[in-house]
Amino acid sequence: MAALLGRSCRKLGFLSSGHGARRTVSTETGKSLNLYAAINQALHIALDSDPRSYVFGEDVGFGGVFRCTTGLAERFGKNRVFNTPLCEQGIVGFGIGLAAMGNRAIVEIQFADYIYPAFDQIVNEAAKFRYRSGNQFNCGGLTIRAPYGAVGHGGHYHSQSPEAFFCHVPGIKVVIPRSPREAKGLLLSCIRDPNPVVFFEPKWLYRQAVEEVPEHDYTIPLSEAEVIREGNDITLVGWGAQLTIMEQACLEAEKEGISCELIDLKTLLPWDKETVEASVKKTGRLLISHEAPITGGFGAEISATILERCFLKLEAPVSRVCGLDTPFPLVFEPFYMPTKNKILDAIKTTVNY
Amino acid sequence: MALSRISSRSNGITRPFSAAFNRFISTDSTPITIETSLPFTAHLCDPPSRSVESSSQELLDFFRTMALMRRMEIAADSLYKAKLIRGFCHLYDGQEAVAIGMEAAITKKDAIITAYRDHCIFLGRGGSLHEVFSELMGRQAGCSKGKGGSMHFYKKDSSFYGGHGIVGAQVPLGCGIAFAQKYNKEEAVTFALYGDGAANQGQLFEALNISALWDLPAILVCENNHYGMGTAEWRAAKSPSYYKRGDYVPGLKVDGMDAFAVKQACKFAKDHALEKGPIILEMDTYRYHGHSMSDPGSTYRTRDEISGVRQERDPIERIKKLVLSHDLATEKELKDMEKEIRKEVDDAIAKAKDCPMPEPSELFTNVYVKGFGTESFGPDRKEVKAALP
Repeated sequence: MAALLGRSCRKLGFLSSGHGARRTVSTETGKSLNLYAAINQALHIALDSDPRSYVFGEDVGFGGVFRCTTGLAERFGKNRVFNTPLCEQGIVGFGIGLAAMGNRAIVEIQFADYIYPAFDQIVNEAAKFRYRSGNQFNCGGLTIRAPYGAVGHGGHYHSQSPEAFFCHVPGIKVVIPRSPREAKGLLLSCIRDPNPVVFFEPKWLYRQAVEEVPEHDYTIPLSEAEVIREGNDITLVGWGAQLTIMEQACLEAEKEGISCELIDLKTLLPWDKETVEASVKKTGRLLISHEAPITGGFGAEISATILERCFLKLEAPVSRVCGLDTPFPLVFEPFYMPTKNKILDAIKTTVNY
Repeated sequence: MALSRISSRSNGITRPFSAAFNRFISTDSTPITIETSLPFTAHLCDPPSRSVESSSQELLDFFRTMALMRRMEIAADSLYKAKLIRGFCHLYDGQEAVAIGMEAAITKKDAIITAYRDHCIFLGRGGSLHEVFSELMGRQAGCSKGKGGSMHFYKKDSSFYGGHGIVGAQVPLGCGIAFAQKYNKEEAVTFALYGDGAANQGQLFEALNISALWDLPAILVCENNHYGMGTAEWRAAKSPSYYKRGDYVPGLKVDGMDAFAVKQACKFAKDHALEKGPIILEMDTYRYHGHSMSDPGSTYRTRDEISGVRQERDPIERIKKLVLSHDLATEKELKDMEKEIRKEVDDAIAKAKDCPMPEPSELFTNVYVKGFGTESFGPDRKEVKAALP
């Protein structure tokens, strides 16, 4: 049936360095790694460089359900890399406490769908600790990592994208990498950032995305968006796994003569307004795409801000191609997702407005 | 007396036997007393007796239904590997005694709510194989119309409240149901099932405190299969005596591989809950499969352990021995029964495979109450403005 055929549209080749001009931080070559291996490397470096950093969460000891923490317990010992019982609220609260004592607590929430019991701790404790104590205390050493996003068959509770909830909380940062090389640099930045950070990893890309990742210690600055593809007709903004879909749409649009500029936001809170604004002032059109449901999704914030800043330069309404306003479905996933064709349609409509 | 087969829509439990097994019917009212294999361990209460009242009919029913459950789970395993079932699939084989013992002790007015390992509980509550396989494969005829999948089976008319993905979240819900039952003076109880992993969730203790405070007829059942996904209980819990974790709430530890012990415990718990308030039951059980189909189940436990439990404590084998020792059937008759069950399961799968997937418009239904929802736009926001049905 259509539902089964639609699944194949998610098969992706990965963002290679061949398309358009790239302004990446590091163009060095390194070992070919996938996303979980890159994150693993970042964690190894983080624990190595700071003896007061700890990794904990459910099942991280043996390597984690996505193998992001392989080898850490063996190398750094059970006192620094340990399992917790099944209690997200407890895990994050515990992490906040550890961080408040000047340690780097790298917490893993097994799936972003399970982060909600910890939501109170993140929003009410982590985000406000520095503020309410007048800078006497802070939990800046806290980094929460969680796999998010659709994976093809995840259903209601293994596919959610909850970034919008966290982007509404001043006091924390929200970061989402798009590829292995980005993930390693961004994760190291997040761990070393003196603010609590929620780091969402696109689980779809754990094995699918393979890229050359430099082996040394490097960081990628937060709150700096990157133009990964230059163009003149329309600006596309996205993050995480969605960028690969958007890139495919850009390629298709190019065949029809539409030149698309693609921006990876990387940090959602606080986000790089200047880069997006400069791009939209150039192209006059904006399209935002994310997997989370459209109403109240982070695209709404980007849209409103750009509207404020670039109103007179806009040639068309800001377009949002996002997940539908339903719970993340099981069999209907291909219909729910913001696919390449939906994005392509929206690009064409916006350009021809 | 001649029996006629009821049509295939009948549920697993009350299906009558075919004419070949005629002679059992004459023994169906014969009471049998069975001793549980292990004594109960009690916390803050007096344990029930080890002698369980039963009948030959019940004994055979137990065998048949457990064999059906086992066969169903194995079939689901193959379907998953054939990619006909997508998503996540958590199998219950090994733990059938809990589902069946519980059903035998209660009525359909008593509510059951559980986590994601719910296929057999659903069957026990009266669900049909067709509904099970259709839901697993995401078809329209499934119990949740194909929209829930393996983790979200529900059956309202038998007070089966599902089917929950988030670990531990179903326990406060269960206590809420118990509250409603008490408020409406229904003389019914709620069994809220959870696992040893979920036993460490904070919300459980919150719900327990409230239930104890207000004397709710809530029975919290910890299905302790000793592994929370891949984590052994001693690595996750300071006190793996889950029946004692209620502290001020009484508890009972039960051999979860013995269907009669489960039945006795649930009966005891129901009486207790109606009179005095919440109680915790810890079912000492075991699952043969891994946590889900993505888990081989052998990286955190040895194959010897699994086969050891299978040899010594398998619930179906136990019932089989009882059936044979009480002369209720011969080996051959039981084998024939198993063959018949296999065929029944295969037929249900074939029927489910033929069933259509839900209509794409079903993506939008039931988000809100019909007619009171919001509008949903097409991708370009210019056309296809449709009010969510």
